[in-house]
Amino acid sequence: MNAECGLNSEIRNPKSAFGEKMFGQLIVSGLAVGACYALIAISMVIIYKTSEVLNFAQGEMAMISTFVAFTLLETHQVSFPYTLAFTFLFAILLAIFFEIAFLRQAKDPTVLGLIIITLGFQMVLMGFVGWKWGPDQRALPFPVSNIEAYNFYGLIISKINFWTLIVSLVLMLILFLFFRYTKLGIAMRATQQNQLAARVMGIRTKWIFSFTWAISSMVGAVAGMLIAAMGVLDPPMMMDPLLKGFASGVLGGMTSLPGAALGGALLGVIENLFGGYISLSFKSVVAFAIIVLMLCIKPSGLLAKHYVKKV
Amino acid sequence: MDIKRNYYEDIELFKSNTILVWSILFLVFLAILPWLVMKYHLLGLSVYTVNLITVHAIVAIGLNILVGFTGQISMGHAGFFAIGAFTTVIFILKIGLPFYLALPLGGFISSIFGFLLGLPALRLKGPYLAIATLGFGMAVTTTIKHLEFFGGRMGLQAPKLYLFGTPMKDIHFYYMIMIIAVIMVIGAVKLIKTRVGRAFIAIRDSDIAAEAMGVNLTYYKTLAFAVSAFYTGVAGGLYAFILGFINPESFHLIMSITFLAMVVVGGLGSVMGSICGAALMTYLDIKLQAIQDISLIGPALVTFSQKYMSVAGISNIAVIVYGLILILIVLFEPLGIFGFWIRCKRYWKTWPF
Repeated sequence: MNAECGLNSEIRNPKSAFGEKMFGQLIVSGLAVGACYALIAISMVIIYKTSEVLNFAQGEMAMISTFVAFTLLETHQVSFPYTLAFTFLFAILLAIFFEIAFLRQAKDPTVLGLIIITLGFQMVLMGFVGWKWGPDQRALPFPVSNIEAYNFYGLIISKINFWTLIVSLVLMLILFLFFRYTKLGIAMRATQQNQLAARVMGIRTKWIFSFTWAISSMVGAVAGMLIAAMGVLDPPMMMDPLLKGFASGVLGGMTSLPGAALGGALLGVIENLFGGYISLSFKSVVAFAIIVLMLCIKPSGLLAKHYVKKV
Repeated sequence: MDIKRNYYEDIELFKSNTILVWSILFLVFLAILPWLVMKYHLLGLSVYTVNLITVHAIVAIGLNILVGFTGQISMGHAGFFAIGAFTTVIFILKIGLPFYLALPLGGFISSIFGFLLGLPALRLKGPYLAIATLGFGMAVTTTIKHLEFFGGRMGLQAPKLYLFGTPMKDIHFYYMIMIIAVIMVIGAVKLIKTRVGRAFIAIRDSDIAAEAMGVNLTYYKTLAFAVSAFYTGVAGGLYAFILGFINPESFHLIMSITFLAMVVVGGLGSVMGSICGAALMTYLDIKLQAIQDISLIGPALVTFSQKYMSVAGISNIAVIVYGLILILIVLFEPLGIFGFWIRCKRYWKTWPF
């Protein structure tokens, strides 16, 4: 991934004077990257829990939102808070459009059919971004620098990593409170548990589906901006994080929000430790190994309850 | 009459004389196709394009055995494709095997990986399987990219092939690939009609019911993965020689999705559909990549791009069209070209009712 932030490259050699701090350093930067994975995983899990759709377009939806933010900041010189608000609005509208225009039209679709629809949407978005903004790599003008760093008692953490951690923790807390205490959040959880019963209770489940897509797209947009701020902004930037998001989801359980958060953090740390101590070039294979191991040992994930299909 | 009176009639390759005649006509058409293409520029094709279509058709059939007949989703077939391509070239370059041995060996190695991927796939359903195979495809390309043995990031140059002492050209490749493809198509049709194929279909419809009927799930699911990977691996080996050069970057996720698109557009659970899907999608891809050269639409799009979009990314229209086709097929014609064909046939059979 692009988001190695220049820190790893300095401390790759464990025998250097820096070496003893390396473990903590790797964990901290792993947590920051893992926070991004966690956000993507959460945005997938929100959708998967409600509608059993595995959204392969998640990465590209986040990517196009990030490009919109980039255009506002760079070309139109909009201030950052307004950009954020407008990007969120765009992300919400995009997700609701996709849900209503394509997913809802499919008549009793199969799992494969749903996957194909999201894949098709992913390709449309990717093609559109490639057409509109071209294949160049760009830097997102983010208010937090990705070169400067904080120094906590000898632990060096770059500003962007620090703020990524803070932002994602706050976002997770907001989501937790939202699903726990607001009426809409409770309605969403009810729909997730039993769609028919929820409808009988007077919940407009169709609206709930649109809402879940909107929320998920917003979380994805935050993840996209953070990832772009850590590395570079270009059309294929979300390819790798998408797989990592899936891996985190599988690790923590595809039907559990805290599980996805935990899975993301764990994956980020494991991957960084693997990259630091064993082999940097095979870092991206770790995600696949984790997926396979996890699916073999405990397919439902770390935190999700086991679910058996009845015939 | 469609009534089958015994088992051997059911597994027959040609159901009726009509099909036999049409098949022979189609083979004759394939035999003179390069001549048509070179002399009359049929549909603006080139022999290279036809070769590519044929290779993609082999992949699509392999993937259809897995997705359409056995009902297991795979999003990592670019991985098998890469394994086939690289092992075939490596066998020739490093060990010095002749091509006719290296190609099946490449397919065989690929099918071993298919078997290995099939093992975790035994416990996985739908979305989880998609994730696992997606990870597999990405892991294969990453591994190949970082191993010097496979040429690393630079990739490998496919060695020149000789036919009776003269270097082979596109046209010679055409006949070689076409013979292999015809053999593999017949193999797939036969496979589907026999015991193995029926087991696959039973697993697709309900694996629990199939197991209750005595279908060995472990055996047949891994077999489906292995057969599918074999087809893809052989196609990968051929692909390496069509291109003359392979590098790991080209076997990315989009390639896996393209293969899946061919199967879905052609029709799940239909060998002929896969061939049509592969032909249509490959042709569209090649034509749309150079969309600015198409008369009338091309210049208009270029001016439009200059005004609102970027000209550098104009070939991305191909990706957009691809995505739209995928979505529309699932929404309106879930069985793809094959479903459309069935509908037309039924309409004419019952006409004027």
